[in-house]
Amino acid sequence: VNSLARRRRRDRIMLGTMIFAVVVAIVPLGFILADVIAKGIGQLSASFFTQPEPFVATATGGGFAAGIRGTIKMVALGTLVAVPIGVLAAVYLSEYDPRGPLATVVRFFADVMTGIPSIFVGIFVFTAVVLTTHSFSSWAGGLALGILMLPVIVRTSEEALRLVPGSLREASLALGVRRWRTIWSVTLPTALPGITTGALLAIARAAGETAPLLLTAFGNQIMVPWGSWNGPEASLTLEIFTNSRSPFPAQQARAWTGALVLILGVLVLSLAARAVVERRTRAAR
Amino acid sequence: MAVISAGRLVSRRPADTIFRFATAACASIVLLLLAGMLIRTTWAAWPAFSHSGISIVTSNDWNPNINKFGGLSFIYGTLVTSVIALLIAVPISVLIALFLTEAAPPGLGRPLGYVVDLLAAVPSVVYGLWGVFVLVPFLTNDVWTPLSNHLSFLPLFSQFASGRDFATAGVILALMIIPIISAICREVFRTVPADERESALALGATRWEMIRLAVLPRSKQGVVAAVMLGFGRAVGETIAVAYLIGGVPNKITPHLFEQGSTIAANIALQFNEAASLPLFKAALIALGVVLFVITLIINIGARLIISRGGRAA
Repeated sequence: VNSLARRRRRDRIMLGTMIFAVVVAIVPLGFILADVIAKGIGQLSASFFTQPEPFVATATGGGFAAGIRGTIKMVALGTLVAVPIGVLAAVYLSEYDPRGPLATVVRFFADVMTGIPSIFVGIFVFTAVVLTTHSFSSWAGGLALGILMLPVIVRTSEEALRLVPGSLREASLALGVRRWRTIWSVTLPTALPGITTGALLAIARAAGETAPLLLTAFGNQIMVPWGSWNGPEASLTLEIFTNSRSPFPAQQARAWTGALVLILGVLVLSLAARAVVERRTRAAR
Repeated sequence: MAVISAGRLVSRRPADTIFRFATAACASIVLLLLAGMLIRTTWAAWPAFSHSGISIVTSNDWNPNINKFGGLSFIYGTLVTSVIALLIAVPISVLIALFLTEAAPPGLGRPLGYVVDLLAAVPSVVYGLWGVFVLVPFLTNDVWTPLSNHLSFLPLFSQFASGRDFATAGVILALMIIPIISAICREVFRTVPADERESALALGATRWEMIRLAVLPRSKQGVVAAVMLGFGRAVGETIAVAYLIGGVPNKITPHLFEQGSTIAANIALQFNEAASLPLFKAALIALGVVLFVITLIINIGARLIISRGGRAA
């Protein structure tokens, strides 16, 4: 009886330790969110989205419009590069030869690629694009983000395609529809919510990247026009980085507001991704 | 027969051949990219490799002004910060994963899992910003200084806490890898068959004994892979560490409260200085190649463990 009591006490102690571990992880998250809101919300206004940074470092006001536009441009380019390639690659992995040598190797190295440091992708694009064109550029930044998004999209799209019931494909093929037509008109549309979720998660991750853009887009204080891609451009993350390293309170304050905007954007994308999945699973039920 | 008819179908339907070829080409891009990244960067780094040779990774003398590119201190800083991060994050992550899969009430496990996952959604620049303005003052005043006052007989804690140091960088890295390690551990623990759990419980095991007897032994490989993936992430993390490490080269010291640097942080912090100096620039790219090779080995190892585990199960 004594030993049973000891075992039960040990059980309770370990349960307490587990709960403690959860608290240890969640408390910093709470502080991060609370601090970013508390320090960032003061300068949050419409002009933060429409005005660039003032040229005088100590001046208050202004905003991160240049960086917000740069992030939208570069993430959009990355998406345009990574989604078509990634989804088509996933089609091969899931539909054509799932157990073949190419699929096995690509799947493995796509997983490996998700673990490659983002700064190394920045270095690669720097050597391949910036050194070749002799200029930092928005499209170099977008390309770096696209490379970072690619493996995520390949793997999430493959998962989504695999969830499509085989009977749907077979029904289509049995009607005499060609293979590519079946994939295009039956399999891909059915998997679309899952593919969208993966793309949104990849976009959220890309929007939060700083290190690769430092070496490719470089950053810029002025607003670059939407159609201009060949010169250095800011991103929201780069503006947060440079402003937060400044000794001037006005710039530090803008960095916090930038962090608030960035976190809100990333959270909205993540929640949207989750909502797409939830709605689909509810529909399936 | 099947082969013949498949061949005839393919030849009669060029659209199918083209589409299949296009998807195979896109799949190959992943492989070409990885190979291309290694080749292109090694080529660009070649002047530094041929100038400094092996001393890029063996010499502790980084002095770009006189063309000395010994990056050993960056490798040291990378390992020290990542190991600190693992020492903090691994027990916490495993316990979180155990709680969420084995102990939490059914309605609580999923939402709590989402919340822990949110730690992974916070961009690293935000970790860096928060780290500098909130975590550094807190750790310096309330943790590091008392620690160094009471434990100054240990060389680890003997130096005065400046706040931007190996220890602080390790703490922020720990926060960043907890969601990664705990997410993979959760998946690993879920693959333990229910009847093994039930047989432990049926023999009168408490919940913790069930975890120790049924869940953990079954999950050893997966947990090792999760730890390796967390390690790989910590090794490659750049911006948050660049904020918090101090960025001082040539520091190989047991004192955790001294400033130092890591491979990734040094690339980011010195990149602007190197812009007009070709050899310096090549040396930073060479550091990048070293970082790539290290993380490639870690990630390949982890993925091999995971895929072997998958085949055995």
